[in-house]
Amino acid sequence: MSFDNAYEAITEQNDARWAFGTGFDSPLSGVDSELPEGVDRADLAAYSLMLADDALVVSHRLQQWCTHAPELEEEVALANIALDLLGQARMLYSRAGQAEGGDRAEDDYAYFRTESEFGNVRLAELAQPDFAFLVATLLVFTTWRLALLQRMTGSRDPVLAAIAAKGIKEVTYHRDYAAQWVVRLGDGTDYSRQRMRDALEAVWPYVDELFATHPVERRMAEAGVGADPASLRDECAAVFGTVLESATLEVPQVSPRAGVAGRAGRHGVHTESMGYLVAELQSVARAYPEATW
Amino acid sequence: MTTTEPDQSELERQFEDTIGRDQRIEPRDWMPEGYRSTLVRQIAQHAHSEIIGMQPEANWITRAPSLRRKAILLAKVQDEAGHGLYLYSATETLGADRSELTGKLISGKQKYSSIFNYPTLTFADVGVIGWLVDGAAICNQVPLCRCSYGPYARAMIRICKEESFHQRQGYELLMTMMRGTPGQRRMVQEATDRWWWPSLMMFGPPDGDSPNTAQSMAWKIKRHTNDELRQRFVDMTVPQAEALGVTLPDPDLRWNAERGHYDFGEIDWTEFTAVVKGNGPCNAQRVAQRRHAHEGGSWVREAAASHAQKQEARRRVRQGEGAA
Amino acid sequence: MSGQAGERSDASGAQWPLYEVFVRSKRGLNHVHVGSLRAADERMALRHARDVYTRRNEGVSIWVVAAADITASSPDEKDPFFAPSGDKVYRHPTFYDIPDDVPHM
Repeated sequence: MSFDNAYEAITEQNDARWAFGTGFDSPLSGVDSELPEGVDRADLAAYSLMLADDALVVSHRLQQWCTHAPELEEEVALANIALDLLGQARMLYSRAGQAEGGDRAEDDYAYFRTESEFGNVRLAELAQPDFAFLVATLLVFTTWRLALLQRMTGSRDPVLAAIAAKGIKEVTYHRDYAAQWVVRLGDGTDYSRQRMRDALEAVWPYVDELFATHPVERRMAEAGVGADPASLRDECAAVFGTVLESATLEVPQVSPRAGVAGRAGRHGVHTESMGYLVAELQSVARAYPEATW
Repeated sequence: MTTTEPDQSELERQFEDTIGRDQRIEPRDWMPEGYRSTLVRQIAQHAHSEIIGMQPEANWITRAPSLRRKAILLAKVQDEAGHGLYLYSATETLGADRSELTGKLISGKQKYSSIFNYPTLTFADVGVIGWLVDGAAICNQVPLCRCSYGPYARAMIRICKEESFHQRQGYELLMTMMRGTPGQRRMVQEATDRWWWPSLMMFGPPDGDSPNTAQSMAWKIKRHTNDELRQRFVDMTVPQAEALGVTLPDPDLRWNAERGHYDFGEIDWTEFTAVVKGNGPCNAQRVAQRRHAHEGGSWVREAAASHAQKQEARRRVRQGEGAA
Repeated sequence: MSGQAGERSDASGAQWPLYEVFVRSKRGLNHVHVGSLRAADERMALRHARDVYTRRNEGVSIWVVAAADITASSPDEKDPFFAPSGDKVYRHPTFYDIPDDVPHM
């Protein structure tokens, strides 16, 4: 090889021997971004933000696992899931911006809103003390989100429908990852079984909130844009039951965690850990508000 | 080994022949023990570097100031985990074993690139690592795509292709920051000041102090000397710094028309030695974190192995029932 | 034989068994050996293979096979050096790789 061109050896090799993918298509290319008639702009924006915040916040918790995973292969797998969810968040923030009709873009929503303006469910933001907690959270979240996205493929908003169609492929894979691990830990060693059971007990009080319908969600469901989360409950329960049975575990019998005066994540009322998450997420962006990156 | 002397010399002749013809040595081929152990050591260090090298950059993933930069950084750190895996896979073709190598890493018996023992203190470090550290790594690694050992060469081809994106994203981030606010420009300059000298150290000690180079070059494991690669890196980087508008922190850096290369100042080899010996700013932290992840994950790995055994036992029972 | 069984399922959990990964990068091409990884079982191996060797891409076909299950011919009939510890090296039959001088494989 010529010493003059450090890249020569890279380019001269035959690509076909290696498993490189080709063309990454934008999932939204060719999709009409006009707002569907009769849909309330503010509601569509608020709804898109809720779904975006769920994805961004779970992605953030997954990012925190980076370099801490139990095996190198899991580093790669968790980063994949985090990247997919981050991608979903970005598309949904963009849709929120279009619906709002102002000049806010994805970073304005992610970095320059306060904690109480985030509308993610509390389950998404819970700090994950161990791998069992991570896969428990992920099983619940992805089962719920997959059911939601499946309904949303028929959305009257073509952009949300397209985001959902792409998301289904991703989240199906995420759910499978989580389910496999819940089964391995539950039906693994006595020690892992206990930790898996503890994690499920800790996560389960936050499950009920996923199926509570916020007024925005109700109106978006009625408008044929979104899905009423209450309608997803049975479907999700069936999946939880199947997975936990394979894991030789039972669905925890725990009371739902209360909100504050009936308000929880969707209303911007979060757990204490959310403040730290938002502070970490926004610290650099807020320190240099005039900067572009 | 029970081989007799004549066999041994014939095998050695064949091995040298293969190397001489610039053909690849493959895993099942006979090879001198020194060749094998040199490769295991080098590839393992390289694998460890990819894995430890995730830490300084992962430090900024959750704080990346735009979602686009966050996605790029996360993908990049993920790539590094993948590269570590490709390389551990190459060591296993030589009879090494990943868990043993990991054990050597977390007990401090095997080294990784010293560059990762420096801290990442601002977000500009993400860009500077891409530009300088990945740039230096590419200079080091591209010749390895022609390494005489097949699995290592093939892993390096894959890695180099993916890393060209790493360097570009770093440089692009720095260009964007240099076009930004005065605070951003200061941040880039400050990060460049901190990373320049450690980047030059990445090529290892001067040729006079690098006793293994000659044998590695004869075996075509290594294709160029440390000083050759370092000079190449400096020559490539100086114009990039000018285009970027940052100053490289070396008053002796100037073009030498006679040599056709840039002259540069003396590297602080005392600091290099201190960092290699474990006294760098982050050595203890990096190894401790890797150990913590590996040991903290053992119950998860055990659970998966135990579950696989149970499933296998159940399958046997079902098959037994079916046959009966 | 007992050594092989141990290799398939390491109950200590210190290390998962080794799997070899073969990828068809696009239609019309053979599956090609791309490397190895460690996984507790076939299902996990397939997932890891997709994540590690086809990162962020779709539309490829992947085979995984437990390295312990591969029967390998030796490229060199003599094969004296590794014979005593053959089990370790047999795990990694990179001879499945297409030689460098075969174009467009």
